[in-house]
Amino acid sequence: MIRIERRLRQPKWLLVAVPVGSVVVAFGLMTLVLLATHHPPGHTFRRLFDSGFVGQQSLNATFISATPLLFTGLCAAIAFRMQLFNIGGEGQLYAGAILGAAAGIAVGNHSGWLSIPAMIAAGAIGGAALALVPAILRAFFSTNEIITSLMLNYVGALVINYLIFDSQSYWRDTSSPTARVFPQGKNLPDSASWPVSHVGNLVMPFGLLLGIVIATFIWVLYTRTRFGFEVQVIGDSPRAATYAGMRTRRKILAVMALSGAVAGIGGASQDGDFRHLLDPRGLTSAGYGYAGIVIAALARYNPFAVCLIAFLLGGLQNAGYTLQSADFPSGLVGVMQGLILFSALGGELLVRYRIRFGHRASTAGAAA
Amino acid sequence: MMLAAGGINNSVLVVVLASAVIYGTPLLYAALGELLAERSGVLNLGVEGMMLVGAVMGFWAVQRTGSLALAILVAAVAGGSMALVHAFLVITLRANQIVSGLALTIFAGAAGLSSYLGNDLNLADQPARHAFDPFLPHSWQTAHIVGPIFFKQSLLVYVSWLCVALVALYLNRTRPGLNVRAVGESPAAADAMGINVQAYRYVHTMVGGAFAGVGGACFSLSITPQWVDGLTAGAGWIAIALVIFAFWRPTFCLVGAYFFGAFSGIPFTFQARGILKGIPPELFQALPYVMTVVVLVLVSTAGARRRLGAPAALGTPYVREER
Repeated sequence: MIRIERRLRQPKWLLVAVPVGSVVVAFGLMTLVLLATHHPPGHTFRRLFDSGFVGQQSLNATFISATPLLFTGLCAAIAFRMQLFNIGGEGQLYAGAILGAAAGIAVGNHSGWLSIPAMIAAGAIGGAALALVPAILRAFFSTNEIITSLMLNYVGALVINYLIFDSQSYWRDTSSPTARVFPQGKNLPDSASWPVSHVGNLVMPFGLLLGIVIATFIWVLYTRTRFGFEVQVIGDSPRAATYAGMRTRRKILAVMALSGAVAGIGGASQDGDFRHLLDPRGLTSAGYGYAGIVIAALARYNPFAVCLIAFLLGGLQNAGYTLQSADFPSGLVGVMQGLILFSALGGELLVRYRIRFGHRASTAGAAA
Repeated sequence: MMLAAGGINNSVLVVVLASAVIYGTPLLYAALGELLAERSGVLNLGVEGMMLVGAVMGFWAVQRTGSLALAILVAAVAGGSMALVHAFLVITLRANQIVSGLALTIFAGAAGLSSYLGNDLNLADQPARHAFDPFLPHSWQTAHIVGPIFFKQSLLVYVSWLCVALVALYLNRTRPGLNVRAVGESPAAADAMGINVQAYRYVHTMVGGAFAGVGGACFSLSITPQWVDGLTAGAGWIAIALVIFAFWRPTFCLVGAYFFGAFSGIPFTFQARGILKGIPPELFQALPYVMTVVVLVLVSTAGARRRLGAPAALGTPYVREER
């Protein structure tokens, strides 16, 4: 007989042991999937690890993959902490990329000191504006934000396709001869390219550092300010928050806008750091927003943990791209992410409850 | 004979209505399944993932065996087993239903298991060996107006009507159906009545997954009919919205499914006909998503939800010791 009892206290070590255990279990499950589909697990994991984390080249590529994930992970973590399930990070990233690229083109080739802040601000505004749609609907009509924010992802993808493929928009390159045959975005001016920093022989994109700064800001905001305290209370017990006179509606708007703004900056970073034009195909096929949800859940909404896990999942994703071929099918990385998430969810049980084997429950546990 | 009915049957309205039925059918299956799960108190946001796995496995089965019946069975089992993962996590392990459902969609969805299986089983870029085609007598199919809308449809459409009737009867007229509703409204009371809450939730979540799997197979075996990564394109999410839109009632699902189906069908029809040429196709393609948001807003004020019948215990785990 197995009994599940609520824990009265959560031991500190469990908060580390459970995520680590979850990853181990996920790898175990992944082994089963690989065996079932006739792929050698040891070899596959080895290749994944090598092309994700070993060597200068792999690490640089992993930093590039991790940058957008850091932003979308923070985006999800910010909102999820208040039990606001903003899964529109994907669309908010597109919105940020659109406005960020517009700002980059509009400012022109003067100086990075002008272009880069303008792109960051424009990206944040784009993401926040899109996130405010589900936020307003949730705050004033109590419409489920999960579905509305998700539907806007599809709308965002259509908008970005429209701008490049089906219109003569501001973003589209209409001058060069190749662009008439293969529609593509206008190249951003040189001063809109975000700088990189060299740490040893590694290359860190500016966006990655910016993301870490934002993570620190979020951590301070959520743990050291009244605003953050109220967000946590509303998340944990909306009723208590109402009785305490906290203004839930305003918080919904503020938190969603913040969440969207972070994803939007991630979109601007795609323009400035890596792509240097508005790239519909690349952005809409990458699935950054959905990976962000995995990251936030694994990080248990802690911004610093988001940084770490974004790096790990970035490595996984980078390895997935590098290895993609007939013997390493696409979708494998998604399966892996899902399994890690499942294991983490299951592990959550061990943090909140204790499992006892035997017939009689301890009275302390049952009374909780 | 074609000419006789050609005029009116080729009119835009009839074509759009016919496509509403075609594109509404997968939504209808998926929504009926989600409705069963939600009525028992389990919110499953993994519909999109379950549909895609159903679609890919159903397609694999038909390529492998050539039997459509077997393909539907495989799709249902595939969807049901995906739902089992969710059921285990949220019912036994009491995980957060929202996060678990999202995890299921990430795991199984367009960039996950369904894509992996599609690649691994080499299913892309080949036509289906068999597909569900219209099968009623030709003279029925070409009848004025009703022909293309109701008779020029595949077996999946007629079975979906049967399913609506069965689910409605089950929930409203049978003892187990009453028990399901009790489990969804007040699991504690149901438990006191001697109903096995956990078992009811497991069964209905899994049957819901099976329905979603069949819904996905509608794409790969009838509409498309081939396997393409992510071919459901958000239909699973629309189905979840549809359950709310239908006020958790199977019969309303039928109406809602064809309403959303029409919006999914319009872009293809309009594009094929060159209607409203100056307007970008993206505008039509965005319609089903935008309409989902609009409809959701209309039905989602708190008062409306209660009046309209959202199961009271939806989304909350039931733990006997913690009543």
